[in-house]
Amino acid sequence: MKKYIATRTATMFGVLLITLLITILLVGSNMDTILKQGIVFQVRSEIIENPAVAESFSSVKEFEAFIQDRTDQRIKHLGLDEPWYSPQRIGLTMYKIILLDFGQATFLTSDSGSSDVKDIIFEKLPKTILLFTSATVIISIIGIFVGALSASKVGSTIDRITSSFAIISSSFPVWWIGMLMIFLFAFTYQIFPARATPDIPASSPEYLGALLYHMTLPLITIVMIGFGSWAYLVRNFMVGIMQEDFIMAKKTMGINQSKITYTHALKNAAPPIITILALSLSGSLGGAIITEAVFDWPGMGRLYFEAITVMDLPVIIGATYILTVFFLVSIFIADLLYGYFDPRIRSSTGE
Amino acid sequence: MSNITPQEIKKEFLKSKMGIAGIIILTILISTSIITIIIIPIETFQEWNNPGSWITYPKAAVPVWINLFLAEKIPEHKILLEPNIQTISNNEINLTSYQFNLNFNYDQFPKDFIYSYLLEYSGSPLLQMSVIRPDGVRLELVSTSLPHSNLKIIHNDRVFSTDVMIKKELGLQAEKFEFGINRLSVEDIIFSKTELNKPLKGNYVFLINFYEINEESKIIDSKLIIGGKAFGIMGTDELRRDLAIGLLWGTPLALFIGLAVSIGSVVMGLVYGIYAGFKGKKTDETMMRFNDIIYALPALPFLIILSVTISNSIFVMTGFLMIFGWVGIAKVARSMSLQIKTRGYVEAATVMGQKDSKMIFKHILPQLLPYAFASIAISVPAAITTEAGLSFLGLGDPSFPTWGQILHDANTFGAAARGLWWWIVPPGIMIAITGLAFVFIGNALDSIINPKLKK
Repeated sequence: MKKYIATRTATMFGVLLITLLITILLVGSNMDTILKQGIVFQVRSEIIENPAVAESFSSVKEFEAFIQDRTDQRIKHLGLDEPWYSPQRIGLTMYKIILLDFGQATFLTSDSGSSDVKDIIFEKLPKTILLFTSATVIISIIGIFVGALSASKVGSTIDRITSSFAIISSSFPVWWIGMLMIFLFAFTYQIFPARATPDIPASSPEYLGALLYHMTLPLITIVMIGFGSWAYLVRNFMVGIMQEDFIMAKKTMGINQSKITYTHALKNAAPPIITILALSLSGSLGGAIITEAVFDWPGMGRLYFEAITVMDLPVIIGATYILTVFFLVSIFIADLLYGYFDPRIRSSTGE
Repeated sequence: MSNITPQEIKKEFLKSKMGIAGIIILTILISTSIITIIIIPIETFQEWNNPGSWITYPKAAVPVWINLFLAEKIPEHKILLEPNIQTISNNEINLTSYQFNLNFNYDQFPKDFIYSYLLEYSGSPLLQMSVIRPDGVRLELVSTSLPHSNLKIIHNDRVFSTDVMIKKELGLQAEKFEFGINRLSVEDIIFSKTELNKPLKGNYVFLINFYEINEESKIIDSKLIIGGKAFGIMGTDELRRDLAIGLLWGTPLALFIGLAVSIGSVVMGLVYGIYAGFKGKKTDETMMRFNDIIYALPALPFLIILSVTISNSIFVMTGFLMIFGWVGIAKVARSMSLQIKTRGYVEAATVMGQKDSKMIFKHILPQLLPYAFASIAISVPAAITTEAGLSFLGLGDPSFPTWGQILHDANTFGAAARGLWWWIVPPGIMIAITGLAFVFIGNALDSIINPKLKK
């Protein structure tokens, strides 16, 4: 088991580094240009703010040369004189990012006004987790019950409704249902707010209540689209288990059907279900980008989208890193759980 | 995995109601695409984002069929193109008369009207516009002479219902109405009953006369647009684009994206997985580690970064989607080929010294084909929704009217807030129907290949 965990951890860390590397390679050249422009701007504004220095130049040429000189100095000081793809710089950037030092955002700020990428991300992250974790938990609870119910009555009306609902609901994009829900319940019938960002400041005591109220519509939408496929999945696992010999034996012993379903069969279906739960928690974070953009939910997804729209590269890199970490951690947990419940997996990779 | 012959799969498939439903929907979609490509002029596709080419269409108009459900009929937007032409010559004066017939049966006044014409003339012809209403009343609208020219010139002009001269002309005919018309807009007067200001239904004839002395003019092109609030089968959007055309063009595009991505990734996954499984040992180990890495990359953030930094062309995006699509299939294909490898006839072939490529293509690949077809069908919906999602975020290819692009525009112009449901509902339903067709087919195939799930 130890060796299994060790190999998995090594793979995960490797993936994390590769993801970072690819991200930096993709946005690196743009980032360099933006940083250098920032320095030129900084130098110019410093001189303009200081009239004594500005007046000491006799010609425009001299002025420009001075600025050029200053800029070059700073660029050298920051190590920007080397091309962005030089190994030292990429190494340094990656090292900084791993230690959660994402630098300053170019355009975006957090609600409290800080432009430190770390502050921005850690302000948005809890909201995404709040929405998507509660949604996933609700989805899995409803899904397990509906799935178990339809598995205990295979071929019944309930079973058929569940299966067809699962198939139909999975072909609708969540964000489109979101648009419809906003159209119906925010504008036609004005029950819920259309924008999911509460308009009162985060410090006031009513903030949590407002946040939960604003969360209702996105939550309902995600659950509505999500639980069908969960129920279908659970049903299929359970149907497989119900055909096993030990369940058949219990049936012939005359044990109550619903007791078999909810205790014995569900217990045996638990390992894959828990594994999928761990995976879908992270999967939901990835899907958050579009859903949050539709509902205007103030989380990571919307931050990511905003960062892309204005090309705020430090934020993009930071958010990608955090999303990847979450994704990998949950894959890791899912892997461990799977290995824990199914010893065959452990032995085959651990050898 | 069991050995099923293609005949058996076909027989089983035809028994499955779901599979047949999927095939029927898919057939409809494919024929829609073919009809679209053949019948609808390709210019509408290229000009989708050019506001100039949609100028004669109404803004955010509801679909026409909505009138079937309404007691009060909403005026339809009409573009009248072919007038009846009469030419009368009397000594020196030539009169050319263009007549547009309009059947107006609505309970609201039209929004406006525009007469646009392209006339070749010399001299200074007189343009006279009048309307003969269903109740026989004739209203003079415009009487103006065109700029003088000695040479033959081509004159392009428009008469708008908001022109002051129309209002003035109507002011001179105020006695025909039993109510004050000063404060009303031109179309509210022309289309009104004489006793009270309510729309008058029936046949209107718009007459446009050109008078010339000793000269002859020729209309090259002319049309009368009666501005309404309903247009086409699917209505129009804020940019006056006919949504029916966008939705139709979206069909072949969605099918192309879905099928290209799924076929591409299934083929890549199969080749990769089979090769890894067949080679085994170190090759297998390295290839599967690489597979793990791709599997663990967060797909959507990466797709977004790729589309922003590299290209958002629809073809490049299709390639990017493939990169993230093949991983799962490679895993399954590998374990399947590991199984097949141990079978007697494959081992026998190895002993006989068959080449690797021959072994793969002759013995292993055919066994995996049913699984491959099922995975192609199952992975199409995800490809379509992912592309639609990216387009929805505004990262798609703007030069193609995909369904996601239409929804993106709808969201940008606040269609939900303004109640423009015909802009939101149809594209989503099209995405879902296309997805459903493939899910149906995939599920039907899957339950044949994995009979355990059937019960």
